Amino acid sequence: MAVTSSAPAAAVTPRRRAQRRRRAAAALFVLPALLLLGALVVYPVLFSIGRSLFDAGGERFVGVANYTAMFRDPATLTAIRNSTIWVVVAPVLLTGVGLVLAVLTEKVRWATAFKLVLFLPMAVSFLAAGIVFRLAYEEEPDRGVLNAVAVGVHDVFTEQSPYPEARAREGHGLTAGSDGSYRTDAAADTGGSVSLGFVGLTPDAVPAGARPAQDAAARTAAADEVRGVVYLDFTPGGAGTPGAVDPEENGLPGMAVEAVRDGEVVASATTADDGSFAFTGLQAGSYTVQLPEKNFAPPYQGVSWLGPALVTPAIIGAYLWIWTGFAMVLIGAGLSALPRDALEAARMDGANEWQIFRKITVPLLAPVLTVVFVTLVINVMKVFDLVYIIAPGPVQEEASVLATRMWLVSFGGGNDQGLGSALSVLLLLLVVPAMIFNIRRFRGSRK
Amino acid sequence: MSGNVGNVIERSPAGGGPRPPARHAVPASPSAPPRRAAKRLRAWLGSGAVQAVLTLVALIWITPLAGLLLSSMRSDRDNASSGWWTALTDPGQLSLDNYTALLADSGITRAFWNTVLISVPATVLVVGLAALAGYAFAWLEFPGRDAVFLVVVGLLVVPVQIGLLPVAKLFGAVGLFGTVPGVVLFHVAYGLPFAIFLLRNFFAEIPREMLEAARMDGGGEWRIFSRLVLPLGRPALASLAIFQFLWVWNDMLVALLFADSGSQPLTVALQQEMRQFGSNISVLAPGAFLSLVVPLVVFFAFQRHFVQGVMAGSVK
Repeated sequence: MAVTSSAPAAAVTPRRRAQRRRRAAAALFVLPALLLLGALVVYPVLFSIGRSLFDAGGERFVGVANYTAMFRDPATLTAIRNSTIWVVVAPVLLTGVGLVLAVLTEKVRWATAFKLVLFLPMAVSFLAAGIVFRLAYEEEPDRGVLNAVAVGVHDVFTEQSPYPEARAREGHGLTAGSDGSYRTDAAADTGGSVSLGFVGLTPDAVPAGARPAQDAAARTAAADEVRGVVYLDFTPGGAGTPGAVDPEENGLPGMAVEAVRDGEVVASATTADDGSFAFTGLQAGSYTVQLPEKNFAPPYQGVSWLGPALVTPAIIGAYLWIWTGFAMVLIGAGLSALPRDALEAARMDGANEWQIFRKITVPLLAPVLTVVFVTLVINVMKVFDLVYIIAPGPVQEEASVLATRMWLVSFGGGNDQGLGSALSVLLLLLVVPAMIFNIRRFRGSRK
Repeated sequence: MSGNVGNVIERSPAGGGPRPPARHAVPASPSAPPRRAAKRLRAWLGSGAVQAVLTLVALIWITPLAGLLLSSMRSDRDNASSGWWTALTDPGQLSLDNYTALLADSGITRAFWNTVLISVPATVLVVGLAALAGYAFAWLEFPGRDAVFLVVVGLLVVPVQIGLLPVAKLFGAVGLFGTVPGVVLFHVAYGLPFAIFLLRNFFAEIPREMLEAARMDGGGEWRIFSRLVLPLGRPALASLAIFQFLWVWNDMLVALLFADSGSQPLTVALQQEMRQFGSNISVLAPGAFLSLVVPLVVFFAFQRHFVQGVMAGSVK
């Protein structure tokens, strides 16, 4: 706004006055915001940088000691490692899944509804999402939906052991092996029979079809046989004799039984409803009767999602639930702006959907994918609430990321404001590339 | 779409707004007669698989929220002994008892009101201050304008963590620590860079002639701002307001430090119940749902602005 001094004074003054008025207005318009930014954002950045050069209490200047301490403190190293995992895994997964879903939704009529459903978690606070996933990751398969599904799928493909709680009555002829199986102490000769008593089962754990075992126990074996019963050695009311098959005691059906000779399984059988089994056609001699561990294996209990090993992937899973909709919608917007002609032409030339996706869609979408990816990296770097909420107390440290570690060190009992400040400065340094990216992009868009 | 924030706002990427009719890429175009039937069959099968996959994904996405809702309506005893899905076959487990108990808990209702008392002023202030500053950065001339604006753009990604300790000391010195206004001010300060950035870019698109004409008519800057710029900027202001409101409503970290037990919002009050997670589901699940209701209403009422606001705000 160059106002030349040679201009007539009468013309200059009102224009000058207008300009001065406009400047005053500008100051009034910008100042409130700038004051707040200066006091609560710019000053804290400078303060934190300075504070990070002093010790825990703030009395002694320590130079970069806090920054070197960061890479020696095992808990902080865990946080750095986890943050790295987060930054490497989450944005890649989200961009990939978002891209695939964005392409797929283009092919259905209910795309808007689908996008709405996937976008819904963006409205949910990290706290609420944390509670949602604490419920879902509950380890007990009766309570946590994920483990309920895991156990359900697992049990479809592998047989469940029939008697996980059963154990042999001690001192009555059976010894437990180290693998959870049982075998008879004394050898059973051909033509003989054995009665194998078990306890530890609640009455309702015995299958409904089970029948009393006494008759079967009394049956005598043929010369080439070893027979026996497996039974529940417990009479309700306590009237029975331990080690003997009492009238009311039921057999345990469905138990796998093996005859072992010289360490080799030579015959196997499964008990009937009255608990009886028989190995027929055996060579004369003595055998050990064995009940393999698959009868007693504890049932599959699912995955320990929030245990130390899986807690970070589990929390990343919750993060995916929240952010996939975002990635998909943004990529979808880019997709709908693609030149249709290029796609149509390729289709006319006989390219299949996969080729179109690989050779045309993805390259054309590269700018959008970059923006999504960078945005996610920035957000992932600062993740705090979700980790703080989902990781149960005992595994907080295994799950910690830079932001939670910074919180813990500064306010959560660590009380080391020097190290805490250094960690917050590290967080800031990590987003500086994004800051430069933003400024560049802004300047570029103005030219 | 270049990824520019302004573009996202102007273009409606998704949501309930008017949309072009869905494009169907798969069905063979009528101009390709040979082997049309076979092609169509394959397309139908392909889209059948796509439908199945997307349905499955949508179900997976809904399940956790359904689990939260059903859990929130079951007693602690039921929640401890069986999964929420048993309520699907045995609806007798469900009752509103947890919600009645929750709303009778003065700590929770207080926290709910605190959330409102924090979110509403923080939203109004950010939108107001950023609109003023955004207009000045776009249309008023003052020394150092562009340099200052670049600093604001740089502040976009500054993590709130860096402000926690220094601002806590500052607020402690002036008596704002542990108060609702303290929490509000912190949110406003960290919401401003993005808000200014967004609004400046939006206001900059206003045709110069319109402003010149208004100035010719002798309108003062305030008059132009309130009569012309604000009404024209309504879509951006709405998206920004929704984004900022949700951001503050859903915040836990800032309030965890800056609010005391009397000024804490719902997220912090619930967070303190997390320690005994297993035995507290009857408080946590309905509490989480209570905190969800407002964002969900906002979500369904303003779908389009919501999506745009979240999209644009993601650069934070």
